Amino acid sequence: MSAAAKPLAQTPVAALPGERLDWIPLALIPAIAILALPFIPSLPTWVTLTVAGLAMGMMIFMMAAGLTLVFGLMDVMNFAHGVFISVGAYAATSVVLAMKASMQADSLAANLSAILPAVLAAMALAGFLGWFFERVVIRPVYGDHLRQILVTMGGLIVVEQLIHVVWGPDIIPLPRPATITGSFIVADAAIERYRLLAVLVGLVVFVAMWLVLNRTRLGLLIRAGVENAEMVESLGYRIRRLFIGVFVAGSALAGLGGVMWALYQESVNAQIGMQVMVVLFIVLIIGGLGSVGGCFVGALLVGLVANYAGYLAPKLALGSNILLMVLVLLWRPRGLFPIGKA
Amino acid sequence: MAEALLSLAGVNTHIGQYHILQGVDFEVPRAGLTMLLGRNGAGKTTALRTIMGLWKASAGAIRFDGREITRTPTPDLAQLGIGYVPENMGIFAGLTVKENLLLAARSGAPDKKRLDWIFKLFPAMQKFWNGLAGNLSGGQKQMLAISRAIVEPRKLLLVDEPTKGLAPAIISNMIEAFKELKRTETALLVVEQNFHFARSLGDAVAVMDSGRIVHTGSMAALAADEQLQTKLLGLSLESHQ
Repeated sequence: MSAAAKPLAQTPVAALPGERLDWIPLALIPAIAILALPFIPSLPTWVTLTVAGLAMGMMIFMMAAGLTLVFGLMDVMNFAHGVFISVGAYAATSVVLAMKASMQADSLAANLSAILPAVLAAMALAGFLGWFFERVVIRPVYGDHLRQILVTMGGLIVVEQLIHVVWGPDIIPLPRPATITGSFIVADAAIERYRLLAVLVGLVVFVAMWLVLNRTRLGLLIRAGVENAEMVESLGYRIRRLFIGVFVAGSALAGLGGVMWALYQESVNAQIGMQVMVVLFIVLIIGGLGSVGGCFVGALLVGLVANYAGYLAPKLALGSNILLMVLVLLWRPRGLFPIGKA
Repeated sequence: MAEALLSLAGVNTHIGQYHILQGVDFEVPRAGLTMLLGRNGAGKTTALRTIMGLWKASAGAIRFDGREITRTPTPDLAQLGIGYVPENMGIFAGLTVKENLLLAARSGAPDKKRLDWIFKLFPAMQKFWNGLAGNLSGGQKQMLAISRAIVEPRKLLLVDEPTKGLAPAIISNMIEAFKELKRTETALLVVEQNFHFARSLGDAVAVMDSGRIVHTGSMAALAADEQLQTKLLGLSLESHQ
């Protein structure tokens, strides 16, 4: 290298903004909670509904996070994502039912000895299924959205039928562990233990994902790949391996979400994953396709709005999420935290 | 005569039903800057993308530094020492300038000396180190794209229309930056439409038309022959400065 060339940027320029946090979408979460307060007859009911909404939102986030990353990074419309949720729920159910005594014991350690293997089994089986799906079903249709929808819908039907073959067609009851059943009272508000656990697990998952995406080289690669996969390859990285890793991780996360959702509903059926897919797509669209932060905020908004609407106007519960999506898109047509794809 | 750093022999590229490159033959020497010129739609960008493996050659052979790379995957080409700046610059708008450069330094953190050299070449990179790349101006984005391509030493740098959409004052500064790049060990293959830029920097030139190379030679000879310019490019360089 020889002497430096004439500086290229000689004209003075204003300071460039760095990674500023877009706080307005974040403020929507407390804003909706506060807006709902005058319409709900008592503060304890509002607290109960808010915790229920946040818990529901966290579970939706766990199920949707993988889907948004897969769409953002791989540009894949995976309509079969729901089967990873279902398979995770069934795998956990098998483990839990085999360890019934530990689940019913009034000891946290005994409960954990059943729940932790159940969660690991759910994530492992859903992750394996994700790997298989990527190789066999999705790889031949990269870049073709119409065929992606068709083959993933086909895959979904096949796996649902396989679930009937392996676990039978009947709904299987799934009782929660004794130590996280019931609720406790805080200032006259009944807080379900399980919902509080769901909030905590969701927060842990979100923080872990945020740290990986923002504090590691792998996360840097994923964020760059979401924007421009071709350029990442041109810099010397094998994006295909990253694709597979993200697909497997996203599927495993869906499996975890499936366990949480099944325990929330206290039963599993083959359609458990498919039943939440509409809500997951609403969350993805609200948050901005490909954005994990957007997915988190979108899921919490959907959870809160669904719970408040379910209490105030039960017939509007599902419609409320669609209305929320319409309002968000009128305000921000590419979602709350749009990803600038190349 | 030393073997060329890069050579294309009878390279054909199809994109869908379109036959874009129709037997491209040319060489890039181990030093200096080779200009790839041609009218819009001549196949220049396709040629660069085919070299980078982003579109696969349907026939012909591409050799780089003594080895066949026609079927080599894109990430391996980067590791062999080919840097690429695409026409749309390909910067990661949601990442900071620092993160864009960190990503390009595959061995970990960028080499301090090399980073200082880049900062001298493009001071805006240091100034906006923690700024979002998406907030840079067009010229600064081009500087970032080039900085990212040279943050690690390269044997060959492919640059697709570096002056596209840039103001004349910035183009003049960009010429100075490329003169500096030419003084390194990196050979350059640059696709360009700006003839002033091409004439100022080009050592060798290849001209494309309808997916084929129709002329190769020295840039100085082409710049001096107005009739040849009109014949190859449909206009003279002098009239488009």
